[in-house]
Amino acid sequence: MPWGEWMSSGTRFINLLADRLPPLRWLLRLLPSGRGIVILVPYLWLVAFFLIPFIIVAKISLSESVTAQPPYTEIVRRVAGGQVSFAAPEKPGNAADTTGAVPAATTQTSSAQGSVDAPDQSAEIKGGPPEDVSGGFYVKFNWDNYDYLFSDALYFKAAKNAVFTAFISTVICLLIGVPMAYGIARSSTAWRGTLLMLIILPFWTSFLIRVYAWIGILKNNGIINNILIWLGVINDPLPMMNTNFAVFIGIVYSYLPFMILPLYSTLEKMDLSLLEAAQDLGCRPWKAFLQITVPLALPGVIAGSMLVFIPAVGEYVIPELLGGPDSLMIGRVLSNEFFSNRDWPVASAVAIAILVLLVIPIVVFQYFQNRQQEATT
Amino acid sequence: MNKGLSWFVLILLIAGYFFLYGPILSLIIFSFNASKLVTVWGGFSTKWYGALLNDRAIMDAVKLSLWIAAIAASGAAIVGTMAGYVLARFRRFRGRVLFTGMVSSPLVMPEVITGLSLLLMFVFMEQVFGWPAGRGKLTIVLAHTTFCLTYVSVIVQARLTQLDQSLEEAAQDLGCRPMKTFFVITLPIIAPAILSGWLLAFTLSLDDVVISSFNTGPGATTLPMEIFSRVRLGLNPEINALATIIIGVVATGIFVASLLMSRQEKRRQRDMQLAIAANK
Repeated sequence: MPWGEWMSSGTRFINLLADRLPPLRWLLRLLPSGRGIVILVPYLWLVAFFLIPFIIVAKISLSESVTAQPPYTEIVRRVAGGQVSFAAPEKPGNAADTTGAVPAATTQTSSAQGSVDAPDQSAEIKGGPPEDVSGGFYVKFNWDNYDYLFSDALYFKAAKNAVFTAFISTVICLLIGVPMAYGIARSSTAWRGTLLMLIILPFWTSFLIRVYAWIGILKNNGIINNILIWLGVINDPLPMMNTNFAVFIGIVYSYLPFMILPLYSTLEKMDLSLLEAAQDLGCRPWKAFLQITVPLALPGVIAGSMLVFIPAVGEYVIPELLGGPDSLMIGRVLSNEFFSNRDWPVASAVAIAILVLLVIPIVVFQYFQNRQQEATT
Repeated sequence: MNKGLSWFVLILLIAGYFFLYGPILSLIIFSFNASKLVTVWGGFSTKWYGALLNDRAIMDAVKLSLWIAAIAASGAAIVGTMAGYVLARFRRFRGRVLFTGMVSSPLVMPEVITGLSLLLMFVFMEQVFGWPAGRGKLTIVLAHTTFCLTYVSVIVQARLTQLDQSLEEAAQDLGCRPMKTFFVITLPIIAPAILSGWLLAFTLSLDDVVISSFNTGPGATTLPMEIFSRVRLGLNPEINALATIIIGVVATGIFVASLLMSRQEKRRQRDMQLAIAANK
């Protein structure tokens, strides 16, 4: 392999050079080893683009919304006075008390303070600390965004609705997915590859387009209504589009492959002689299914359910396209806060709320994922 | 096919596949509809395909999406392979628990959260380092690389755990350095896994609408964003035509790939039989 040769001759060259030049050897020793680099690159990438963003979301959820670019205030502000002061809304002159040396600077700070502490005036400050002062920091955690989430019933309703919708969709996915995965796992080897490929294939085509397909099917003059009217079953079209029913169908349809694939992989590994033994001993097929297949398939059931439930809770596209105005789901609320209201702090607070809602399912998913990993290695 | 399958399961299986493919089939059929009312048949026509090809906004969005997907998939393939290798081969190092958590979490993380957190991160970086300046192609590429790399790492890790480690051990026993072992022995064996990871990352990037919408800037409209903004207004025959083209390309691609794979498998089996025959 020319690549490998080339890479190793490169390292050999560096080693050779390091032997000649001792200072370079010390420098090389400071660098991480090959193993270290392999760990460090993906590690740092994920810390930078996955972990730190969550910390920033948490930080911004504690700031205030302003009409500025970016539309939120800094929670840490520099103020005159040379000390770190934490915000206490009932004491507006907090930082100004400790300064007093330069009158101009003092009035500047206290006026800035005043407008920070009064929430209805906060839109007037254009973000950032007063320019001409330096010294201390002013840390203000603003819990108003969270108070707002709890005070407005909309958010609670949206969260409840999202969990309910995701739960029902997961159950429907299970009801459809278990017999399908079972059927694929029990079909002859010649068919199994094709059947599995047909499950994966829709996953490779656009998700958005597959959701779009349902608009044409469920609409008032859509395919189902046209067929039913043509058959004479109904006279007026059934309203199916822009309802919760359409949202359920969209979620089940989009996430079904995620349910079938883990189910299939556990069912396929199952030892069939167990079922034969049960039948030899006089067990009925459905009883054997309930008592042997279901418990053995449990890891697949849990993995599949989590792969459907967790993303479905935060789903935005499906309720937006298929749902009506009342099919509020928490992910849609977050997007509306962000795109329509441009209220980044409240959107961040909603994101944190979703994470809190999902932390238990995510931990369960990770636990089973790790256990399966350890079982395979 | 129905060896050992009861009629009950067979019927459910057929119904399940009908559920999966019926909507796709309806998209394809109605893309050839002459009527502007998408679901009311008005005769056969291919005029929407012509309209699609002359649609500047869609064609620009296609180009941008392909460009972003190619770069993001390549980045995800490199970093994701490293992550998969770390997970499969390095049993213990400091922070392994955090690492496995960070690799598997994006698989289930709701897109709105990933999108929002990455956007706020980019805004923060711009304030502190002045880079990346504004949102646009670059921020979409970085965001896509991040969420795609976990899929690559899962695929690569699965392949590495199946891999017979004695090959690598033999190379190292014969004095091969770890890096050379990786490039000469491991990489050629896991190359198909990396390739399928790349393809998966490519399609995921090509398909993403939520994360792109959060991280985009002026002038960077990807294909899914363009489709989403039109579909929100209702049915659109051009989108049906576009859907048919996408489905056709994907189906052809997967058909060719599986054909190539089965041929390679047959050749490998023949080579093995020849090798066994030669050793007798």
